Amino acid sequence: MTGIPHIRTLLIWGALLLAAAIPLIAAGQSPLLAWRSPVYIAAGFAGVMGLVLILLQPLLIGGYLPGLSQTRRRRLHRIVGTLLLVMVIVHVAGLWITSPPDVVDALTFTSPTPFSAWGVIAMWMVFLAALLGLIRRRWPWRLRSWRLAHTGTVLMIVTGTVVHALLIQGTMETLSKIMLCLLALIALAKVIFDRRVWRSGLRPGG
Amino acid sequence: MPTSFFTRRAFVAAGCAIAGGAASGLIVPARAAGLDPTRTMRGGANNYLPDAPIVDRIGGGGFWMTGTVRRAGDGAPLPGQRIQIWAHTTEGHERDPHSHGATLTDENGVFRLEMPQIVPAFGQPHGHLAYDSGDFETVFLRPVMPSANDTSLEAHFVLQPA
Repeated sequence: MTGIPHIRTLLIWGALLLAAAIPLIAAGQSPLLAWRSPVYIAAGFAGVMGLVLILLQPLLIGGYLPGLSQTRRRRLHRIVGTLLLVMVIVHVAGLWITSPPDVVDALTFTSPTPFSAWGVIAMWMVFLAALLGLIRRRWPWRLRSWRLAHTGTVLMIVTGTVVHALLIQGTMETLSKIMLCLLALIALAKVIFDRRVWRSGLRPGG
Repeated sequence: MPTSFFTRRAFVAAGCAIAGGAASGLIVPARAAGLDPTRTMRGGANNYLPDAPIVDRIGGGGFWMTGTVRRAGDGAPLPGQRIQIWAHTTEGHERDPHSHGATLTDENGVFRLEMPQIVPAFGQPHGHLAYDSGDFETVFLRPVMPSANDTSLEAHFVLQPA
């Protein structure tokens, strides 16, 4: 029996590596890169990496990645969450440097592009989810309400980001973008249903 | 067209006829009485650099920005109007001065300026145009290309006397 879980471990991690690497490599082949400044390119890739991290988060917290202890998973979840926060800030800051008025329009919800508002909502929800993570130990109410709040913000992050990404004509290759978005949605749905977040009490590993 | 009763088909046909009439009104200015002025589009003025020079061509060319300029109300074509154009292209960002240029409308109120290929930036392949010369109210447009592979884009101005 020892060989079988080993192969399963390799397969799962291998699949995750592919799911993360293929969209990044495909975006690296985009012809649009030739006509963009390094700052603009960095801003775009911060967005792609943010989307990859969004896929990683439910996989970590749901315990779907083999070979990681619960402590390790939760620590990684916090690290990845922090990285996501950094990616969002780099994404917005890089776009701001590239074209300030376009970012001001987006942040004030006056942009002509429909995807901007989705991205900005997702950004605020990333800030909120991170803040919730920060105050979890000091949360004055039952942990169930904390989990509902965190899951609620995450639902908006994933939905907002997926719509944002799908509506954009950017450096991401279409098929790999759709696949990554689908995987992020499936991973989130799975962890929500597996954990019965809507009626969860205090449970270990939350 | 059926006169006995109003079927869905007749309704659609009538709608098309009205829409077609309206569209043909846009194409034939002489018939377009009471023409409303074009409103500035959201984001139209982004990265605008006033007083772009009148040029024969922006950069190496290969892409055509075309359109018309007419007067609000009677729809009369407006010759000699200065239209400023800028975009993110294969040769530069929107903010780069060399991405900006201007041209004048001909006697039919038509303008046509060659520029480098527009490429998608900030999520959409789009151009920027401005009428900002004072005789009429300022208008900024931000048309989006139906496809990033298009090699031309058009935008039309109906201007309100200032």
